Amino acid sequence: MNINEAPALEIVDAVLELGDGDSRVRALDSVSLTVMPRELVAVVGPSGAGKSSLLAAAGALTRLDSGVVRVHGTDLATLSRRATTRFRLENIGFVFQSGNLLPSLTAADQLRLAGRLAGRRRVDVDGLLQSVGIAHRASHRPGQLSGGERQRVGIARALVNEPTLVLADEPTAALDRRRSHEVVELLAERAHEAQVAVVMVTHDHDVLEHCDRVLEMVDGRLGEPALVH
Amino acid sequence: MFLALRELRFARGRFALMGTVIALISVLVVLLSGLSSGLVNDGVSGLKSMRATAFAFNEGTMTDNAFSRSVIDDDQLGAWQDAEGVASAEPMGVNIVNGVTDDDTQIDLTLFGVEPDGFLSPAISDGDGVGRVDGIVVSETLRGNGVELGTVITLDRTEVELTVVGFTQGQATFGHVDVAYLPVDTWRLMAAGLAEPGAPSEDRIAEMDFPYASVVAILAEDDAEVDVEAMDAAAETTTMTLTEAFNASPGYEAETLTLSMIQVFLYVICALVVGAFFMVWTIQRAHDLAVLRATGASSAYLVRDSLAQAAILLVGFTALGVAAGVAMGAAMPDAMPFDLEFAPILTASVLTIVLGMIGAAVSVLRITRIDPLRALGGQR
Repeated sequence: MNINEAPALEIVDAVLELGDGDSRVRALDSVSLTVMPRELVAVVGPSGAGKSSLLAAAGALTRLDSGVVRVHGTDLATLSRRATTRFRLENIGFVFQSGNLLPSLTAADQLRLAGRLAGRRRVDVDGLLQSVGIAHRASHRPGQLSGGERQRVGIARALVNEPTLVLADEPTAALDRRRSHEVVELLAERAHEAQVAVVMVTHDHDVLEHCDRVLEMVDGRLGEPALVH
Repeated sequence: MFLALRELRFARGRFALMGTVIALISVLVVLLSGLSSGLVNDGVSGLKSMRATAFAFNEGTMTDNAFSRSVIDDDQLGAWQDAEGVASAEPMGVNIVNGVTDDDTQIDLTLFGVEPDGFLSPAISDGDGVGRVDGIVVSETLRGNGVELGTVITLDRTEVELTVVGFTQGQATFGHVDVAYLPVDTWRLMAAGLAEPGAPSEDRIAEMDFPYASVVAILAEDDAEVDVEAMDAAAETTTMTLTEAFNASPGYEAETLTLSMIQVFLYVICALVVGAFFMVWTIQRAHDLAVLRATGASSAYLVRDSLAQAAILLVGFTALGVAAGVAMGAAMPDAMPFDLEFAPILTASVLTIVLGMIGAAVSVLRITRIDPLRALGGQR
């Protein structure tokens, strides 16, 4: 890690409470996390531990009750609603479970739409699809792609607008073992080459070998895992 | 439109189904519009083609069937002839008769008694104008019934014989009955009950003293303001403009109101059906929309895109439906009162599209309430 480099994501003392009254839970309990560019950080933990809340907070999809989230040096709490949408578009890429691609668009059009939303008329679709190894499937719709291929398109889509930070939500949930390894390897490779910081939430302990750092989340608290490898 | 067009292609089955409904509604709208124009023409084309500005009825005549009910005398006529701003006022006689042609075809005629060479005299497409005491100028539409120049029509009961001397330019009907124009004096002779069997003669008319007619037809001077209320009070008449007078023709109001009501219902149905479709469509892709919101698409972009989609669907299939409706209308049998007119069809198409858009807009605005957080896993 280069000490002089600015962190891509900085979370300081984040607190987020969900629900009402008696059912109120601390989804994030004084969570702090710093991720540098080119780093792939995995967050593991049981269901309901607050992993998705962490992604939602880092991705400007929800507001914290207290604490600070900075992406590429910008404090997300200072952005208006409109500016938040714009900021997400330009700085944060999302990779969802099973790709979450739009059923009506071909692989190439998924990337084009992501580019157009950010006002880019020209997107290097072929280059991006090539970098995730599915250039030959460019004109296929999600229904014609396998789970692994869909997830590759999802990763390429997340990278279209050259984000600082990519947030991956259980990217291997719908994949078999071999494909899971391929996808996470690809995420690691892309993180290093495209100089992006990647935070990946996962259940899948199998794929952690490809990650630079592994953290565990339990009951809203983030820490070093008791048992990794 | 990037997403809108691709979705239209991808979900073409669903959109085609919706489009078919829109097209069928448009066909109905066109057919109703044609029927409506046809009935209006059938009801009042005889009045529409007249150069009159207004008609003065005897005071207190009921509006329905007022033309054949009203009776005015020469004093009332004279008062209107002397009125300020009135270029000309002429007596007009109206009644409906049954008759038989010389080859035994039964026909109904609305007799319009008008001054020969007056402003009410119709434009002629064939033969002579109104003038001969026993001559009638009949609607062009009667040609279909085997009526020709020289055909003698014998009126029932009175046995009065009238000869067809000319045909009007275009349709001239009143209360769904073909119009026959004749000199107002001949009309008076029959109204007075003085007509003898056979052709009406000049001599009988000269002997007659019958200073009545049905209504006063008024032609105002260009840009003149006629003080109608004062004139009505002075002449003891009730005056209606040409278009108001349509309601005074048999069945006109009942027909137009019925058809307008059906048309209004169709527009409401169109708005509701299109709204329901886009409601389901929006809910169906709520997750996709949440993903798009999460990746940074603004609600405004998604709403615009969806509205464009609705507009393409509505405009495309309305055009298709209108074309089909016009084609069907052109193939309607002659017996059906059906006239395709450009302006009402255009209005109807625009209304279908606008109301469909309103329905779609109400549904599509749900997009603004979609939480991008839904894109994450489903947990939380």
